[in-house]
Amino acid sequence: MTTPQDTQLKAQIQVKNFNFYYGKFHAIKNVHLDIFDRRVTAFIGPSGCGKSTLLRALNRMYELYPNQRAEGQILLDGRNILDREADLNLLRARVGMVFQKPNPFPKSIYENVAYGPRIHGLAKAKADMDAIVEQSLQKAGLWNEVKDRLQESGTGLSGGQQQRLCIARAVAVSPEVILMDEPCSALDPIATAKVEELIHELRANFTIVIVTHSMQQAARVSQRTAMFHLGNLVEENDTDKMFTNPDDQRTQDYIMGRFG
Amino acid sequence: MQLLTQRKIVNGLAISLSLAAMAFGLMWLIWILFTVLGIGASALSASLFTEMTPPPGGQGGLANAIAGSAMMVTLATLIGTPVGVLTGVFLAEYGSRSLMAEATRFINDLLLSAPSIVVGLFVYGLYVAKQGSFSGWAGVIALALIVVPVVVRTTENMLTLVPNTLREAAFALGAPRWKVIMMVTLRSARAGVITGVLLAVARIAGETAPLLFTALSNQFWSLDLDKPMANLPVTIFKFAMSPFPDWQRLAWAGVFLITLSVLAINIVARTLLTKQPEH
Repeated sequence: MTTPQDTQLKAQIQVKNFNFYYGKFHAIKNVHLDIFDRRVTAFIGPSGCGKSTLLRALNRMYELYPNQRAEGQILLDGRNILDREADLNLLRARVGMVFQKPNPFPKSIYENVAYGPRIHGLAKAKADMDAIVEQSLQKAGLWNEVKDRLQESGTGLSGGQQQRLCIARAVAVSPEVILMDEPCSALDPIATAKVEELIHELRANFTIVIVTHSMQQAARVSQRTAMFHLGNLVEENDTDKMFTNPDDQRTQDYIMGRFG
Repeated sequence: MQLLTQRKIVNGLAISLSLAAMAFGLMWLIWILFTVLGIGASALSASLFTEMTPPPGGQGGLANAIAGSAMMVTLATLIGTPVGVLTGVFLAEYGSRSLMAEATRFINDLLLSAPSIVVGLFVYGLYVAKQGSFSGWAGVIALALIVVPVVVRTTENMLTLVPNTLREAAFALGAPRWKVIMMVTLRSARAGVITGVLLAVARIAGETAPLLFTALSNQFWSLDLDKPMANLPVTIFKFAMSPFPDWQRLAWAGVFLITLSVLAINIVARTLLTKQPEH
């Protein structure tokens, strides 16, 4: 497993001095964090610690809801995405997202994957779109299962397949970063294993940030781990180090299942 | 054991009471339906659709009234639907909790429950009095004003039923808001929105009061929307109250036609709603 000491490692996202508020509630307090290019970073911590909140700040998903406010900086390749001028739609094309519950559109499998590329004008001809759809489904390890029924509804697939369809849908836009918000919490162990396998493969091309409640999953899929507690970043380090010899007692306790 | 028997008795009592209430309500409905269908059907004939409304004592049909009603209901729906759907979209997707949206919602609910005669008088004062004559357009405006609040309400309700996870999925792909609404939200709520429109059509098909002050009626065949226009509800009103048996028979036939079309619209709306795909 690689470590951040590798020379080629670069911070693709830099969270600086970040604070987040739900109305008056101070949900994230002064967080500094680097997320490395083409590595999997896991956010762990007990419920309500702010890990999902930070994840949803990375593509400014929180802006859909009133009374949610972010302060500080989140630099994506050096540019602050929290800037008012930053183009939201462009940002979300560069930072894709996979959700906790599989949420395919009530459209065909093909249309689910083609939705993003169509919005961003990535395919000129039908053949280009066919190619994008096929490649994306292949990257999501779903192609062989659905290639003969691309016109059937995406909602008719099994839960695990739906989630991989959602991954294909995110991949189709060719983002640089993929955010995953507990992507396996609604899946059975076999489907979970498939998604985890997929995360390993996707790491070659994408920076991945994953929120998870499963310590084993964090240990299995990530290279870096960040531990949150009550809105604070407790510690972040190489996953190997975090799970064998954490610096902070709270991390130790959480990993051992003593709280949370 | 005693408690169990007691529960069974109370349970049985509750079921019988609600069944009795249902039977009582349904009885009137079925009675009305059978009376209308029975008498109306006997008044049916081909000349209903080919001949004009007759003078007292004469033979005739309802052709001009049917055509006028169809025309005004269609136009009112075509005008009221886009306004209603767009307002519903604003309330559900853009405004949600803003003061503007709350005010709109409140006024819309008022409009929804306002007696239709108010709408009729309003259009009379605003349009008919200024133009100096009753006209088809005035009828169209009055009916459209009744369509709008119904469509606004159902559109908003149906859109709020679309789960937020679906919106998030589209936004997360970088879709601009209007595209999310057009391609995801409205599309998922499509069946419900169409149902709302159909129910609005059913509602205005039988409205009499707003037409009494606006389109009035016309003895002759006329598709000129700037002239008074014949229509089924006002014709029924006029003919049913008359002392002439021929007119009364035609009124029954008109009631029959309206009831049948409203029934058909409701059945279509119902099937559409149940066919709505799961999210």
